[in-house]
Amino acid sequence: MTEKQAEQIRKICQDYGGDKHRMMDIVREVHAQFGCVSRPAMGWIAEATSTHRVEVESVVSFYAFFSEKPQGRNVIRLCNDVIDRMFGADRVAQAFEEAFGIRVGETTPDGLVTLQYTPCIGMCDQPPAAIINDQIVTWLSTDAARHIAEVIKSGKKVFEAWQSVGDGNNAHPLVHAMVHNNIRKRGPVIFDAFTSGAALSKAVAVSPVEIIKVIKASRLRGRGGAGFPTGMKWEFTRGAPGAQKYIICNADEGEPGTFKDRAILTEMPDLLFEGMTVGGYAIGAKEGILYLRGEYTYLLNYLEDVLAKRRQANLLGQGILGVPNFDFDIRIQMGAGAYICGEETALISSCEGTRGDPKNRPPFPAQQGYLGFPTAVNNVETLCAAARIVDKGSTWFAAQGSAGSSGAKLLSISGDCKAPGIYELPFGISVNEMLAMVGGEDAAAVLVGGPSGQIISRAEFQRTICYDDLGTGGAVMVFGAHRDILAIAAEFMAFFEEESCGYCTTCRVGNTILKNRLQRIIDGKGQMGDLAYLEHTAHTIKALSRCGLGQTSPNPILSTLKNFRDEYEKRITAKDDGMQPAFDIAQALSKTEEIVGRKSTHRQA
Amino acid sequence: MSGKITLIIDGQEIEAEIGQTILDAADAAGVYIPRLCAMKGLSPHGSCRVCTVHVNGRPQAACTQPVAPGMSIENETPELKAHRVSVIDMLFVEGNHYCMFCEKSGNCELQAVAYRLGILAPQHDYMFPCRGVDASHPEVFIDGNRCILCGRCVRASQELDNKNVFQFVGRGIHKRLTFNAPNNLSQTDLAGIDKAVDSCPVGAILRKGTAFSVPIGQRLYDNEPIGSEIESGRRTNDRQV
Ligand SMILES: Cc1cc2nc3c(=O)[nH]c(=O)nc-3n(C[C@H](O)[C@H](O)[C@H](O)COP(=O)(O)O)c2cc1C
Ligand code: SF4
Ligand code: SF4
Ligand code: FES
Ligand code: FES
Repeated sequence: MTEKQAEQIRKICQDYGGDKHRMMDIVREVHAQFGCVSRPAMGWIAEATSTHRVEVESVVSFYAFFSEKPQGRNVIRLCNDVIDRMFGADRVAQAFEEAFGIRVGETTPDGLVTLQYTPCIGMCDQPPAAIINDQIVTWLSTDAARHIAEVIKSGKKVFEAWQSVGDGNNAHPLVHAMVHNNIRKRGPVIFDAFTSGAALSKAVAVSPVEIIKVIKASRLRGRGGAGFPTGMKWEFTRGAPGAQKYIICNADEGEPGTFKDRAILTEMPDLLFEGMTVGGYAIGAKEGILYLRGEYTYLLNYLEDVLAKRRQANLLGQGILGVPNFDFDIRIQMGAGAYICGEETALISSCEGTRGDPKNRPPFPAQQGYLGFPTAVNNVETLCAAARIVDKGSTWFAAQGSAGSSGAKLLSISGDCKAPGIYELPFGISVNEMLAMVGGEDAAAVLVGGPSGQIISRAEFQRTICYDDLGTGGAVMVFGAHRDILAIAAEFMAFFEEESCGYCTTCRVGNTILKNRLQRIIDGKGQMGDLAYLEHTAHTIKALSRCGLGQTSPNPILSTLKNFRDEYEKRITAKDDGMQPAFDIAQALSKTEEIVGRKSTHRQA
Repeated sequence: MSGKITLIIDGQEIEAEIGQTILDAADAAGVYIPRLCAMKGLSPHGSCRVCTVHVNGRPQAACTQPVAPGMSIENETPELKAHRVSVIDMLFVEGNHYCMFCEKSGNCELQAVAYRLGILAPQHDYMFPCRGVDASHPEVFIDGNRCILCGRCVRASQELDNKNVFQFVGRGIHKRLTFNAPNNLSQTDLAGIDKAVDSCPVGAILRKGTAFSVPIGQRLYDNEPIGSEIESGRRTNDRQV
């Protein structure tokens, strides 16, 4: 590293005012410019932001998209989550490996390409998919992989060589992505025509307190998973003491199987930004932050453009719509590959420029959130619904859905069904009805709510999707009878193991323990006692973990133990010799055999 | 806000002060709640999860949860004991703990809590991770094999020593402790007398040349279980700071 590079890095830090709270942006830019954040770079960043180098190292080491070691000039991140593997991601990976002569996880010696796996990138309706240098490629095949490899080797930009673009705004010059919206069913709340300013002009005609009343009357609950009443959250944030307030939109969309926010961001960004602005007005915030997952970087320029247009139209900025003192603006904070940053307090940590560790509660974000100020964190879909409620009224909204769950819900449906995609459906629909709609009647299992939700069997398909029965942030995966449900559960456990922030003992260590024990059963080395062991270890992890990740991560195991117990029992075969199948003496001795250079006596016998 | 309230722990009424955590209130009342990442004089961390109690039926970390009127707390129940045993076992198998030749044996809080809970051998499979030792510093050495990621050294360095010697890197099972230096501990501004050195509950941070100055048999937990000092109201675990 040279003095010139140090100078470039200092310049980047200066662009962010040398503010250590903007560490995510600083590290992102340094990474983009140098292909890594080296140890000398960490030192320079620390100096220029008046922090300690170990704090920079901590951030770099936390996020999957940051690397201390140099990465290739092209980075291919192939989704290897459950859905993509069901549709051939392994073959695609192999084709890439052969074409570049490296394994996944490696960089070519000439520094041309780095090949990596990544969990769900929100393209489960068009698998297998990958991110190549921030651009998305979908419906990959081995041929496509070989073609991409040739393009990269010829020195061309992958995307310039790519002809096709998707529908709707995916074809917008600032997006130019081959992503398809796959919006299969439009409803009145989200995917309906919307005129910018419609909700905001109604909002400013009444007081902020009045807006909160309207949202409360609509009985809108959070769409991000936890289902907290939105009006109440805004009321708490408004009422909490603090010199400033913040509203943050959670567009981290990391739960595997969820991709509905992607379509909102692509097709309805004005509705979303209007919802944030209405929320800002209601709680008394001057600033909003859209936390956008790193996987959706391909939407960044487009969203910035929408924001710029809203500023020009006086829907953002100073004195919005001519209302004196109503100042509000929105900045976009990019994430960098960490599922945990969807958890609202981890998201705040990340916005503050640190590792994405969740925070201890109390205090809750509504009391002390971003930089210690009262903060409302809401999901993309929640904020859109809020804008629509202000536009069309709480009675109109509350008339839809079921008793305890008003309004409609976006479901992202993927897997073994004829029409994967996004469906705007009223709450209260049964799993059977939903499967009929998507052409998934043959399903043997359905995952509702993503890996942190429930895997249910046919016996429970009459259950309904709503807060009181099967709650969900929107992820639904359909599995046919030919799928191996335990292998799926094991992959989800591997996901949680990778994505735990590592703070709590139970979540950090426990998920690895569960994953290993399940794998032992899958490998045919399980014992009956393992089932009780899995169950009680799972309960300890759920009960003792600090945040929603650890409190739900054992669900793939617990729900399959409950609904697919025979799948476990089938693999646990009693041995007549009375030996413990879990212990493999040959395996245990193999290293020693290698060292001493002869076979163990048990083999010679 | 200040003021006295009463709460119930395991059926016993105790007095607490608004603003206290459950752990502090229990300590003051002579009720021992097992803990590892909590330490008197440091801000609460809430990471080891050993101190989990049931508050009106819901699990909460006693070291971070503030007291409130009407709380009914369960501390010693078979269910909580089973959870705590499982967590302590996790801490053992996650690292490499060879108590029989560890310099900290007898003064180690992890070992002492394990004995108090009656643990003989861990129920989980050992992970045998590959972790390093750093002996570069003239006065202090660090054995990563024994680190339980409690963050006490991180906070002690920041809050008591006004430094920032330690921090965590990585996430999930790959999370580990590191130092504010390009390569090793000797490049940091850690001094042998720093409070951070004394804050480690296990044998991960040790002062050189002091390993066996107190012989085995005469150490803190050799003759009575950890927590006895709280239960007898003699002193709390502020022994080192
Ligand atoms: C591990 C984890 C990941 C989460 N990911 C998301 C996410 O990607 N998007 C989201 O809106 N909420 C997510 N949540 C829920 C948020 O913590 C929070 O409840 C939500 O953003 C609040 O918004 P809402 O009330 O509008 O739903 C996640 C929670 C956990 C525990
Ligand atoms: S439960 Fe898991 S993800 Fe959440 S704080 Fe604890 S270790 Fe981190
Ligand atoms: S070195 Fe000791 S004090 Fe520091 S985190 Fe590890 S166990 Fe805790
Ligand atoms: S994009 Fe691969 S599972 Fe969602
Ligand atoms: S002592 Fe409370 S979580 Fe560690």
